[in-house]
Amino acid sequence: MADKNLPMREALRLALQEEMRRDERIFIMGEEVGYWQGTHKVTRGFIEEFGEKRVRDTPIAEMGIGGLAVGAAMAGLRPVAEFMTINFAFLALDAIINHAAKVRYFFDGQFKCPVVFRAATGWGDQATASHSHTPEPIFAHFPGLYVCSPSDSADAYGLLKASIRDDNPVLFTESIGLYRFPGPVPDDPDYTLPIGKGAIKHEGSDVTLIAYGRAVSWCLKAARELAKEGISAEVVDVRWLRPLDTELIFESFRKTNRAIIVEESHQFYSFGSEVAAQIQENCFDYMDAPIKRVTQHDVPVPFTKPLEELTYPDHTDVIKAVKEIL
Amino acid sequence: MAKPNKEMLLEWYRQMTLIRDFEETSHQLYFDKRITGVYMHLYSGHEAVAVGAMANMEMGKDHIITAYRDHAQGLIVGVDPNLLMAEMYGKKTGVSGGKGGSMHLASAEHNFWGGYAIVGGHLPLAAGIAFEAQYNETGAVVLSHVGDGATNNGYFHEALNYAGLWDLPVIWLIENNGYGMGTEIDRSAGNPELHQRAIGYGVKDFGRVDGQNVFEVYDVLGKAFEHCRQGGSALVEAITYRYRGHGVSDKQYDSRLAEELEEWKENKDPIEILKKHLLKEYKSVDEADLQKIVDENRAIVEESVKFAEESEYPTTLEELYANVYVD
Repeated sequence: MADKNLPMREALRLALQEEMRRDERIFIMGEEVGYWQGTHKVTRGFIEEFGEKRVRDTPIAEMGIGGLAVGAAMAGLRPVAEFMTINFAFLALDAIINHAAKVRYFFDGQFKCPVVFRAATGWGDQATASHSHTPEPIFAHFPGLYVCSPSDSADAYGLLKASIRDDNPVLFTESIGLYRFPGPVPDDPDYTLPIGKGAIKHEGSDVTLIAYGRAVSWCLKAARELAKEGISAEVVDVRWLRPLDTELIFESFRKTNRAIIVEESHQFYSFGSEVAAQIQENCFDYMDAPIKRVTQHDVPVPFTKPLEELTYPDHTDVIKAVKEIL
Repeated sequence: MAKPNKEMLLEWYRQMTLIRDFEETSHQLYFDKRITGVYMHLYSGHEAVAVGAMANMEMGKDHIITAYRDHAQGLIVGVDPNLLMAEMYGKKTGVSGGKGGSMHLASAEHNFWGGYAIVGGHLPLAAGIAFEAQYNETGAVVLSHVGDGATNNGYFHEALNYAGLWDLPVIWLIENNGYGMGTEIDRSAGNPELHQRAIGYGVKDFGRVDGQNVFEVYDVLGKAFEHCRQGGSALVEAITYRYRGHGVSDKQYDSRLAEELEEWKENKDPIEILKKHLLKEYKSVDEADLQKIVDENRAIVEESVKFAEESEYPTTLEELYANVYVD
């Protein structure tokens, strides 16, 4: 079947729409998901198609969004709860971490919690400190929860469907910076990607670049530019922070013997810290150079454009880091 | 709502005395270091609240959820006391496989959605369970206990607002025992008339009831259930008193509140109030009948202790990792 070409927001919208048509137990809830058509327009047209029963505009009350979705999921529904941005999910940390991720365990399997928490993630447009977070590693710290963050339209489509169909709670983040980027999407309503499996997005042999979400796009751009200089970089998109596809990472590292881990968030206790530790524990004999982490600066994100841009890395920082270890 | 008859009252007496025995035995077992850990919250003194409220439940259809003071609800819905006691011991035969302990008793097959350990954390879950009942038009009502301390927490306010806004069939049963841990209610609530908080959220306020009087609790909760069956949320505030500390680690409690505690035990004990009523109203019931119920409960609780003592602990890595995720 021919692929469609869709921006990531439309790929997500299509995935959600098809899943809601397939399964009556799925409902969506969140701030402005209905009559306002979704802050990021992922739920555009849903209130008209599915009605108020299955498309719930909520008050601005995130503890309730998180907890109500957990209760509904335990009771047999399949909520897709949207946090307008991941920054607001901080208000629901207890519902996500202490309840969604733990109810199955502390009742020893008596209940399932098939909820998907969607949230826009990332920075840009001078959103300022409180609204500029990419905090997936915080959530990935806790067993009981899955954490997924796609980097392109096809993955967004297949990963969101997989998350909705799985019986475990998933935090699913969508990079604001990727919503408008188009990409091919398989024309198959049953296209799903497996839980916990990453993908090689660019093959190479000299160095492995490891990332998720928007940072994958910086890695791909860096790989293309490095290729012009005769440097062969492999890009691993983990897709899932938990479960983490360590096998794929190790396989690539054993081939290249060098790794750069790239992420939008802070370096301290980061995604990069975890991946670097995993590599050194499991691939020490294959290591030819220090593992480097490319991250944002260790400051809250400022408003003014020049400083905001200075805070974040891009493909040039990735290229610089590669050259330091080759 | 059925008018209470002799059989119902005897059943309430059985439930209340079973809870009392189970709780006082648990207390002793904790101080004998048979039950371990730092958290265990006992229901002694509160019995009429859960018994009177839950007598209105249509078992198998309606739902019950509560916080960490959760032993009574398990006993009332009819979970095998052996499995509850084994859970308190952390044994693999416990309702939650020893992974939850005293604060996380639950029984999915009894629509007992459990005890939860974060103050207020279960309140939006209660709203979510009620959301499912409304979504699938099951006609079920969710009864959610709320400690007075939880009413100052954001979860309470958000959950009530969702319930009022969407007319979710959930009853918020505040158990006001006067203290949020050790802090008196008038030192923690801007308005200590907690039931009035319903009004701000479009939840029907059924006012205050005497939580030591099982008849009054049964009656008012019956009206609240009727309201919710028509579609809507309700709130009742039961005034009660706990005979033990907030939790077992609250060791100064008895001496700190000795006089007040004595007054409640002497004059407002929920079991004594029911007993007096039974003996006065029913000539066919005598002290010996009631003592027989107490003795039967003693045997049940003793058996639960024996079962828990003789059960195995979970010890393997396989058990440790089981049920983190759905496979």
